[in-house]
Amino acid sequence: MRTATAVAAPIEAHGHNHWSPYVDNGGTTLAIAGEDYVLVASDTRQSDGYAINSRYEPKAFVLSNNAVLGTSGCVADAKRLCEVLEQRAQLYQHKHDRQISTPALARLLSNTMYNRRMLPYYVFPVLAGLDSEGRGAAYAYDAIGSMERVTNSCFGSAETLIQPFLDNQVARNNQRGADPERLLTRQEALKIAIDAFTSATERDIYTGDYLEIFIIDAAGVHKETRELKHD
Amino acid sequence: MALPAEASTGFKFDNVKRNQLLGDKGYKLPTATKTGTTIVGLIFKDGVVLGADTRATAGTIVADKNCEKIHYLAPNMYCCGAGTAADTEFTTSMISSQLALHSLNTGREARVVTAMTMLKQYLFRYQGHIGAALVLGGYDVTGPHLFTIYPHGSTDKLPFVTMGSGSLAAMSVFESRWREGLSREEGIELVKDAIEAGVFNDLGSGSNVDVCVLTKGNVEYLRGYSRPNERVFKEQSYKFAPGTTEFIDPAAAQGEDATAMDVSA
Repeated sequence: MRTATAVAAPIEAHGHNHWSPYVDNGGTTLAIAGEDYVLVASDTRQSDGYAINSRYEPKAFVLSNNAVLGTSGCVADAKRLCEVLEQRAQLYQHKHDRQISTPALARLLSNTMYNRRMLPYYVFPVLAGLDSEGRGAAYAYDAIGSMERVTNSCFGSAETLIQPFLDNQVARNNQRGADPERLLTRQEALKIAIDAFTSATERDIYTGDYLEIFIIDAAGVHKETRELKHD
Repeated sequence: MALPAEASTGFKFDNVKRNQLLGDKGYKLPTATKTGTTIVGLIFKDGVVLGADTRATAGTIVADKNCEKIHYLAPNMYCCGAGTAADTEFTTSMISSQLALHSLNTGREARVVTAMTMLKQYLFRYQGHIGAALVLGGYDVTGPHLFTIYPHGSTDKLPFVTMGSGSLAAMSVFESRWREGLSREEGIELVKDAIEAGVFNDLGSGSNVDVCVLTKGNVEYLRGYSRPNERVFKEQSYKFAPGTTEFIDPAAAQGEDATAMDVSA
């Protein structure tokens, strides 16, 4: 029945004019661990809402012990977290007179993040390096320091698009007769990382511009850059 | 006193209070597909050029990579739509139908001002709840016309206009390069560049550029006039070997374990 009583539209019911110190700058990072290498790939678009801040602002950082910290979330927090982690890795080196191992650095990152339990770094990092046996190691975290060693992981704006793909193609979930324990070769991992990003770029508005891929092995860190779509 | 009869058309607000209550309890209402869009129009020497990108979004996901945002209104009129996809589509098709009847009744081609007035009166009636932001262009007996119509029903009549989330990017191109008496080729090129500014600098816009040129007694609809975002080939094939998918054979398993299809034969 049409009545004269005006009913307020639900649009302004939830006033959200509160300033927040957190910004999500979009973008996606993934890691794939292999037998004697580990791969980190991330796009380089940095955005705020519908605007692009930068087409090339890398969010994966090489640390002094040849581990790579891939990030997503708030860029300012990610950069600061990377600085703090690097400082603490340096302190470790001065104290113990040897370079910090990747598993130790992984724990250090977890502790650093939990230290900010009540005002967290808005960062979802993956830390990738080689473990003491020379095997590829990737560690995935939530924003407050919960940590897990994984063979593959994806964080960021296209996480929901890419993670199921990695679960299927890297961990071989839901594939009858496939060996879930078999780790990918370098070439396989590279192809899957590239396909994950070109596909995510098609459907996620925050992922695009350039793709940076780091491959870490006994020889060191190798970086390659590719172009993604700019729209 | 007799109760007023239930309205058979238009919006019903019966569920607003209920939905507000559900919303307060944390129930999320379904979201509409928005065409976070770049649409533009300009007047050139002999007529009007309209342009649009082809990305439709649902939140941060691209819902359609190649949608059509330049809608048919009448033989001499087209209308670009930004905002809620369903609202722009239904508004333009409804006004299109009314214009066709209007032409039949009057025995004349409808004028662009007529379409503009019908659209603004319709949108004003719904007080902005119909989320259609339009760029209307056409060529009638009085010459070329170009309008913007906002969701609340206000209109502008200008020689070059932009709308949607990419409107600022597109307008920056128009403001630097539009002039009076552009040729047809110059007009199309400027519209293409304005849309591409939106496609590359606004995350709500993307994919291809559609263009529509309206001149005296003629319309040229250039679907996919520019395609600067072709998908790259994948690195490998993801075809699964036969028998990869688990399935339950109800006869053999009797509702117990999953078994796979026998593909050895």
